This record gives sequence, structure tokens and C-alpha cells, in this order.
Amino acid sequence: MAVAVVFLPLLGAVIAGFFGRAIGDRGAQLVTCGALLLSAVLGCFLFRDILASDEVRVIPLANWIIAGGVDVAWSLRLDTLSGVMIVVVTVVSSMVHVYSIGYMHGDPSIPRFMSFLSLFTFFMLALVTSDNFVQLFFGWEGVGLMSYLLVGFWYDRPSANAAAIKAFLVNRVGDFGFSLGIYSIFVIFGSLDFSTVFGAAPKAVGTTMEFLGWHVDSLTLACILLFIGAMGKSAQIPLHTWLPDAMEGPTPVSALIHAATMVTAGVFMVARLSPLFEYAPTALGVVGIIGGTTAIFAASIGMAQPDIKKVVAYSTCSQLGYMFAAAGVSAYGAAIFHLFTHAFFKGLLFLCCGSVIHAMGGEQDMRRMGGLWRKTPITYVTMWIGALSLSAIPFFSGYYSKDTILEAAWASGSAVGRYAWVLGTVAALMTAFYISRVMFMTFHGEPRAGEEAMHHAHESPWVMLIPLIVLAIGATLFGFLGYDFFVGNERVAFWKSSILVLPQYDSLAVAEGVPALVRFMPLIFALIGIAIAYVFYIADPQLPIRLAAQFRALYLFLLNKWYFDELYDWLFVRTAFVLGNGLWRSGDGAVIDGFGPNGVAAVTRDLARQASRLQTGYLYHYAFAMMIGLVALVTWYLFPR
Amino acid sequence: MLIGLAHYLTVAAILFTLGIFGIFLNRKNVIIMLMSIELMLLAVTINFVAFSVFLNNLIGQAFAMFVLTVAAAEAAIGLAILVVYFRNRGTIRVEDINMMKG
Repeated sequence: MAVAVVFLPLLGAVIAGFFGRAIGDRGAQLVTCGALLLSAVLGCFLFRDILASDEVRVIPLANWIIAGGVDVAWSLRLDTLSGVMIVVVTVVSSMVHVYSIGYMHGDPSIPRFMSFLSLFTFFMLALVTSDNFVQLFFGWEGVGLMSYLLVGFWYDRPSANAAAIKAFLVNRVGDFGFSLGIYSIFVIFGSLDFSTVFGAAPKAVGTTMEFLGWHVDSLTLACILLFIGAMGKSAQIPLHTWLPDAMEGPTPVSALIHAATMVTAGVFMVARLSPLFEYAPTALGVVGIIGGTTAIFAASIGMAQPDIKKVVAYSTCSQLGYMFAAAGVSAYGAAIFHLFTHAFFKGLLFLCCGSVIHAMGGEQDMRRMGGLWRKTPITYVTMWIGALSLSAIPFFSGYYSKDTILEAAWASGSAVGRYAWVLGTVAALMTAFYISRVMFMTFHGEPRAGEEAMHHAHESPWVMLIPLIVLAIGATLFGFLGYDFFVGNERVAFWKSSILVLPQYDSLAVAEGVPALVRFMPLIFALIGIAIAYVFYIADPQLPIRLAAQFRALYLFLLNKWYFDELYDWLFVRTAFVLGNGLWRSGDGAVIDGFGPNGVAAVTRDLARQASRLQTGYLYHYAFAMMIGLVALVTWYLFPR
Repeated sequence: MLIGLAHYLTVAAILFTLGIFGIFLNRKNVIIMLMSIELMLLAVTINFVAFSVFLNNLIGQAFAMFVLTVAAAEAAIGLAILVVYFRNRGTIRVEDINMMKG
């Protein structure tokens, strides 16, 4: 069954990809959606089986690499952690597949799109079920590749191509750290299997290894290198710049890859490697600090963006920051819980954005929307569910997961935890503000779109609405249903051995005992955020414009995303250009060409010109030369040496 | 004074040298070059005959006949080429014949 869950999407992708022309658009949609829905149903049953069994199941599939000390196999590792991820990936992915039928209606290359989506799902499943670092890396790179292909899906748009390349390149930076991390794991443990490495982790505490000439703690080094990979994939500061640009892709792609699944791979990886990270408290501190910083940083940018998808993209970035903050205080359960609920409500928000964009005929700028709620009632309701869940309003799923993270952060008592709590709580206010701002600007107030656009605005077809409703149910209920299992009293029995938390770091255990003020602070902040958004965009729409004029520098700073793109452009892109130009002109042009091809050619030409001057064309000169030669030869033979 | 082999060879050598200089120093007329070649061939023929007599070997004189024949044929062909050349180019001055220059 597990094999079927993982490989059904691959089958669908192969059929839709290679035979898309033969089976047509409708056929490709049916095949991929059918495969994914079946995979999702089987995935849920598989999850139930996993919960019922007590031990970690590993299903070997094939040998992959056997070379000296390296022994890598294809296998599926089934424990609670991968089970949760399988459910998230298959359910959200199947909903996105169904939604794409409506959203991509009329696109000339539907089979390609469906095939890419399914192939992405396969790679993601291979990632979450991996039993060793190499297979993890295989899935990791596979989803990166599919992200590139899907972001650049509309390849006739230069901006989409640029965004795809940017996503790929920024991820390369992270993946470089990730592969170095894998190498150092192999150096430390001599194996790449999860079980072997995890078993040997306690013994590796305190050992050191040499890195760039320094002696450093080996586990800390390996964990930080691996976390750099997670930063790239999960768009954590300072490797976050690709995520907002990746919104150039079709909206279902944003929902699936850049909200629910691929970007959470980093969080999953940290949770999966918890038996390593637990023994490297310094690395965990780095994880927590990066996470907390990203949470508030991305939220602050989200407050000023006019593009509806960009706001949600920065929101994703910020929520991933929360997850890493949770992992940083050893609350892996809370991180995965938030991953789980986030996949639903953020996938929902993205799909709703897609529905709005669909209704507005491709418009993404919120300043030209407004008053849409009468036209698109179902999108309106489901999007409010997503927004309230994201704002962590009680009884929506985001409330359970996000508040648990903040409580755990406070309860951990460490400096990193307090830092993450303060930033996370302030970010909660910002989160509530920006998502309410999206809602108010899009659905409420006076229509700012033209008469004609508003006339054409319409509710999406049912094939798009049903995924919205399914995900909305998930975003409403799963927090409440999952709380006990993921982070509550049942959590030890739920996670079993898939997540390791050392008793002295178990922040979730003490999270119950935090003061009431700490517990309710995020909620109060969220309500304040919604209230501010209401004042800004409903009660007094002129107020934000006046504020933006008054605090122009701050507004521009946020609007331009803290000038990160400009900084990188100046720091890396320009430098690379200057270096490349210099090497091209002086190195390649002057030295290599000068002495190489061009030099040899010039010398040959000169010699030939000299030689041709000998050829006068006068017969007697040739005869003279022959005579001289003859005389010389005869002389040579007549006078023995 | 007895006329010996050395005298014949000396005459032949002088003729040969005259032929060579005729070719090299002549800048005016191609016919003179042909004549110089004849001169050189004759010098060689004299050598053949002289050696043939002094070595009592008739093959040398037979070769002399061959050389004369070849020389006659060569002169005929050379003159024919010259006639055609003059018809085409209007000159047979040696200085003007440098078409082989690259």
C-alpha cells in the first residue's frame, strides 16, 4: 500500500507526460487526478495503519549505491512523522490537482502541467519517506527541479523565467550547505542510514572535526550545514528572496509547492533529524533565532505589499519562521503540527487567491479590487476561514498550532525561546493585520475595479470550489482534532520514536504551565491587528495613505522588502558580473585567445607572408635556386666529412 | 700538343657554364634561354662522346644521339609554346613572365 501511495503519482505523471498528446487534456486531467485521489485515500488508510503499529516500518525497494563504505538503498520509512507528511502531501496535492482542472482551463499545455504537478508530488513523497540522507537529497533536489519547472511554467514570460532561475539558484546556495552537511554526517558516522546515524548520535557528542582550518564540534557543524539547506528550501532569512518571486508561477503551484509542501521540507527535515539536533543545542539555537527573525521580518514586509499573492507568499515565509522557532526550542511536535494546519489553511488561502484572480480576469493588485464578496460568496467565506485560521483566532486550526509554538517558546525558558516568543507575538499582530488587510481590500469596501471588470467578476466553477471547501473544513477542524495527538497529552504515544526530545529540553511538557498573560497575549495582539486593519481599510480608507506619506521611509523600506534584492544585486550579482566581464576580457580574450588560437594564426600568417616573398615568379630565380641546390648537394657528397 | 680527355671536358664545362649564365643573366628574351638550354645539352653531349671514345664504350655515343633527338624535340616544343605565348600575351620578355608569383 505504501508503495502504491508513493508511486501512483509517478505513474500518473508518466502517463500524462509521455502520452499527453494521445489522451488529450481531459485524459491527462482524469489520469493524474484519479491517481492522486487514490493515493490520498490510500495515504489516509496508511496513516491509520502506521498509528496502529508500534515500530518503525522500513520497506526496502532496491539497492542504489554500494561502493566501499557507502551503502545506500531505496526504501520507504514509515513512522508517524512520514505518515503525517504523506497525509498532508497527498491530500493537499489531490485538492490542488482537482482545482487545477478549473484554474488552468484553456491553457494550451494542460498535460504538461498536470504531469509536473504529479511528478512533484512523487518527489515530495520520496522525500518524506526517505530512510537515508541520499534519498532525502534525491527528493529534495527533485522537488527543487519541479519547483523550477512549475514556476517557469509560462515560459514565454521573461519574468517567470527569471523567477524560476532565481528560485533554482538561491536553492543551490542552500543545497550546497545541505550536501556539505551530508558529507560531514558520513565523515562522523561512516553511514548515511537514518537508524544507524541516530543510534550513534549520542556517542558523537563532544567530538570535534576540522572545518576550514577550525576545530569545531562535529554535530553542531553537521546540523548547521544541514540547516542551511533547510533555510534555502524553506525560504528563511537570508535565503528567502526566491519565494515571493516564485509567485510568477500558476496559483495552484503556489498553493501546492510554495505553501503546503515543498517549502515545509526544511521543517520536516529538522524534525526528522531531531535525534541529531537534540545533541547539538547550539545548532538548535541558530534554528530558533533564524526562525523567529524570519517570522517578524516577513510579516513586516507582508503588511505593505499591494500584490495579493505576494502578501500570502510573505505570510508563508513568516509562518515557516514560526515552525523553525518551534523546532529551535525542541518543540518538534508543535512545528509539525503547525506545518500540518498551515498546509491546509495556507493552501486554502492560495487557492482562494487563485479564485479571486480568476474572478478578476488575472488582476493581482489589491488596490484594484474591493467589494467582491457579493460576486464570489463561497470564495469569500472559505477565504475568511483561512484568514482567521492564519490569524490564530480561537477554534480555527491555526490557533492551536501557533499558540502552542509561542507557549513552548516561552516555556523553554532559554534566551532563544524568549527571543522567539517576543518576535512571534509581535508577528502575530502583523499577521492578523496583513491578512485582514487582504480580506478588506479584496472583498469589502467600494469596488475599485472598473465597471466592466466588476461586471465580468464571477464565482469560480465547482471544480475549483470543492477543493476550497475541503481545505476549509481541514483548516477549521484539524487543529481541534489534532491538538491532543500532535502536542497535547497523547503526543508521546502519537510520535513514538519518530521524534526524539531529550527530557531536559522538553518544552512542550512545561508549555501547559505558562502564565495566562503569555497564553493570551498572541490572541489579544491578533485581535488588535484585525481591528487596526478594519480601521485602516474600512472605517477610514484615507488613513493608511496619510500614514504612508508621513512615514515614507519606513513604508518604502517595507514595500521594497527591506532592500534585500537590491543588496544581493549589489553584493553578488554585480560582483559576479564585474568578475565575469574582467575574466572574459582580460583572461579569455587577451591571454587565452591572444596566445592561443589568434596568436598561432597571426604567426602562421606572418610566416606565410615572408615565404611568399621568396616566390618572385621569374623562371631564372627558380632555376638559380635549383642550381644552387644541386651544387650544394654535389658538394656535400664529393667532400666526405 | 696531344688533345686529351681534359681538353674535351674543359670545353664542355665552359659551354655548360656559358649556358647557365645565359639563363641567369639574360633578362630580355626567352629564345635566348632556349638556346642556352641547347648549349648545356650540347656540353653534356660532348662529355658523353668524349668519355665514350676514351673508355672505348659505344653506349656513350648512342646516348649522344638520344640527347640530340630530345634536344630537337624540346626546341620544337619550346618554340611552339613561345609562339602561342606571344600570341596570347603580346610579349616574350623574360621580365614580364612572372605569372607564377603568388
